[in-house]
Amino acid sequence: MSFTAASSPAPIVEVGDLTRSFGHTRAVDGVTFSLAPGECLALFGPNGAGKTTLLRILAGLLKPSSGAALVSGVSLPAGAEVRSRVGLISHHTLLYEALSPRENVAFAAKLYSVRDAAMRAEESLRRMSMMDWADAPVRSLSRGMQQRVSIARAMVHAPQLVLADEPYSGLDDSGARALTALLQELRSSGTAIIIVTHNLAEGLSIATHAAVMRRGRFARYDRRSDVDAASYSEIYRDAVAADD
Amino acid sequence: MIDTLSAAWLIARKDLAIEFRTRSAFLSSVVFALLGLVIFYYAWDPTAVSVADLAPGVLWIIFTFSGLLGLHRSFGVEATDHAIDGLLASPVSRHSIFLGKAFANLVFVAAVQMIAIPALVLFYNLPLGDVAAPLIAIALLAAIGLVAVGTLFSAMAVNTRLAELLLPMLALPFFVPIVIAATQATAKLLSGRPVAEAGAWLKLLLAFDIVFVAACTLAYPFTLEE
Repeated sequence: MSFTAASSPAPIVEVGDLTRSFGHTRAVDGVTFSLAPGECLALFGPNGAGKTTLLRILAGLLKPSSGAALVSGVSLPAGAEVRSRVGLISHHTLLYEALSPRENVAFAAKLYSVRDAAMRAEESLRRMSMMDWADAPVRSLSRGMQQRVSIARAMVHAPQLVLADEPYSGLDDSGARALTALLQELRSSGTAIIIVTHNLAEGLSIATHAAVMRRGRFARYDRRSDVDAASYSEIYRDAVAADD
Repeated sequence: MIDTLSAAWLIARKDLAIEFRTRSAFLSSVVFALLGLVIFYYAWDPTAVSVADLAPGVLWIIFTFSGLLGLHRSFGVEATDHAIDGLLASPVSRHSIFLGKAFANLVFVAAVQMIAIPALVLFYNLPLGDVAAPLIAIALLAAIGLVAVGTLFSAMAVNTRLAELLLPMLALPFFVPIVIAATQATAKLLSGRPVAEAGAWLKLLLAFDIVFVAACTLAYPFTLEE
């Protein structure tokens, strides 16, 4: 069964029969899809479905056990050139709590060889409305504020592919709105996005494709235009119930 | 794309900035080193063991164990909020992460040595005289080897539940040849022997450094496999 979107030119992400096992457990089991520039895949599924593992493979943090995963045409695990095009928002903040948001984001900008790292870090923090706390230690910030900094960190190098694992976690309404606006802006500028979320409305609001993952597999893969939110809610509930 | 050494320097600066902010590992290591010197001093019977025989062993026992305190923290700061994933997902090479961590650890161990060596000289009334420069060379060469091995095992131990216990268990056997060479070289110097007599031990330390730094840098990426 192929989930490849045949009409999408020069995909940024191509995944074919991808499998990742931990011992006898297949966390990702034969997943296939592709994503072109400007497309967004909203990935839903119950806990333990393999969503985070899939994102970690695409971020270069895990090696596939079998199958193929390509980013910008380069097979994963890939080198620095490919990693420089990917922005990762994890459900962990990936921040150093003793450093300030400004220092954390500027450090990330330098890792990605961003020109004018300090200025770009400031822009990225301003975009997430974090300039008022830019010089406070991260450990003194609330979970939601840390999540905003984490998003600023992931976006500072203008990635071509954004991997967002529960990015709305901890965000208040204004933070969630800022993130949605940012993701929509990235999409319209050609960035491909894979977003993992348990909030169907948030995911579907920016997605061009939606998938329900269950026990490592895509139980469902649709174009966003082919489904409405109400029916998708039932599909998701069925997937969760089947896993229980 | 950022080159290996520039990335290593960037990571080392970040680690040193974090340690400078918190000072937790540095203060712990310095207090441990000074307490060790005091305990050995009062446990020492000067009529049975001469200062030249005792001091080298005391010095290297203290450096070994105080260094472990800092080495454990090296990857500990990356474990909080999984910051290591941010490094690994970035375009820097795995080798530059190891080299950056190792360099920051070397500065840390050298800073502890800068306090502990003068304290040892004062406590034990050592006639340092002409041997100060060779002693610093021994301390630096030994620190490079200890840091290379310790940084690698810190990376391996950090994600285990018993990291504090596992790091010494893994690292200490590999510290033995470095500590033996450093202790022997220090003993030659402090007993008033010509500096040339310590030369063979210094060359051995240099050889250990080259082997350990190269082997640990190459081995580090394999500690990241899941």
